[in-house]
Amino acid sequence: MIEVSELHKRFKDLHVLKGINLVVEKGVVLSIVGASGSGKSTLLYCINALEAIDSGTITVDGEDVHAKGTDINRLRRKLGMVFQQWNSFPHLTALENVALSPRIVRKLSRAESRDIAAKQLEHVGLGDKLNSYPSALSGGQQQRLAIARALAMEPSYMLFDEATSALDPELVGEVLDTMRLLAEEGMTMICVTHEMGFARDVSDRVAYVHDGTIEEIGPPEQIFGDPQSDNTRRFLAKVR
Amino acid sequence: MDYNFHWRPVFRDLPDLVEAGFVTLQVAVLSMLIGMACGIVLAIMRMHGSAPLRWVAVSWIELARNTPALFQLFFFGFGLGAFGLHLSPFLIVLCGLTFNNAGYLAENFRGGFQAIPETQMRAARSLGMTAAQAYIRIIIPQVLRLVYHPMTNQMVWAVLMSSLGMLVGFRELSGETQFFASRTFRIFEYFAVTAVIYYVIVKFILGSSRLLAFRLFRY
Repeated sequence: MIEVSELHKRFKDLHVLKGINLVVEKGVVLSIVGASGSGKSTLLYCINALEAIDSGTITVDGEDVHAKGTDINRLRRKLGMVFQQWNSFPHLTALENVALSPRIVRKLSRAESRDIAAKQLEHVGLGDKLNSYPSALSGGQQQRLAIARALAMEPSYMLFDEATSALDPELVGEVLDTMRLLAEEGMTMICVTHEMGFARDVSDRVAYVHDGTIEEIGPPEQIFGDPQSDNTRRFLAKVR
Repeated sequence: MDYNFHWRPVFRDLPDLVEAGFVTLQVAVLSMLIGMACGIVLAIMRMHGSAPLRWVAVSWIELARNTPALFQLFFFGFGLGAFGLHLSPFLIVLCGLTFNNAGYLAENFRGGFQAIPETQMRAARSLGMTAAQAYIRIIIPQVLRLVYHPMTNQMVWAVLMSSLGMLVGFRELSGETQFFASRTFRIFEYFAVTAVIYYVIVKFILGSSRLLAFRLFRY
């Protein structure tokens, strides 16, 4: 379970997150929607401590992410992350991209990590691209590679930061399909997304973030069918 | 012009000159390898270090780049000598060249580091890698490719700069040539042949560098 309480985050004078409270239970797919600059991605970065926080607490399975004594490298293994810019490692083949962290972080043998990598690449539909370098892959394939790379750490949670926003329109589908597959397999996911169709069809819960706070959270039928807040209604009217 | 060329003594001493060429190559390669390691550390210190570390890095880089290489050699020779620390000629040249290489390379590396998107580091850390693992596995390999050609230049420069070793009594290629030339007074002939040896060494380095790049950078 991921629990965020009274989270505040500032970038110098800019108060980005203004008291976020959020609970994500195991097995839940949560979509976070909202306008650009509302703090959605920052929230995600705070959850795996890629950004420091100003006040509040975030716990993952009861462990305080931002506490001084926390071994953040060990905790991050539980939190797979997929970025908007897919960030494949250009100097490594697809297989090496995925096999690297199992080997050097989980300390598995070379053979074991390659097996895991091959399995995960197969899983996301890149079984025929094991020895390709990222430069030879399309954006959609690189994003699926990034998903396989995160999965190879066998995380309990997956965080998606606008995983399809930087893709050409015709490549969005393959990445969403992969995310849908993970959701069906029962992965706990937090997806910052602009894909309202995905949020509506795949998530168990949808949170609308407005001006650094969670304006409204609930099942997709409620958020999309019967939004309670004026801000949510206005936002949805614009993106629909 | 009534100068008569006498090539015979040069050719007699050619094996010794070639051997000295290997000494030159050896000191240049060593100074380059150590200089690369120092250069990477200096670049990281300059970008991310605390104030004192940054000060050390900036001073090193400024001195290495903005003073004559010869003076840097003299520092390790006569400078330290004045304080009772006497290095062998080989060590004087090695330290001087390494100091100089590290300074120039640090600035190349800094440019390289800045060219790698910050998100590469984030992606690596998000997978649970420590900062050190991310640097060694993800960032530095990409930087080395970016600065590969400037590094090759620095390697050539190190070979040519090592000729300053002659002035601190090091019997590398130039020192050896000077020694033979002053014995026979066939100064022009000796240095002409030595120039050819330098040329061959540099061509060898450029060729190997190209082959190595071909092997290393498949992507």
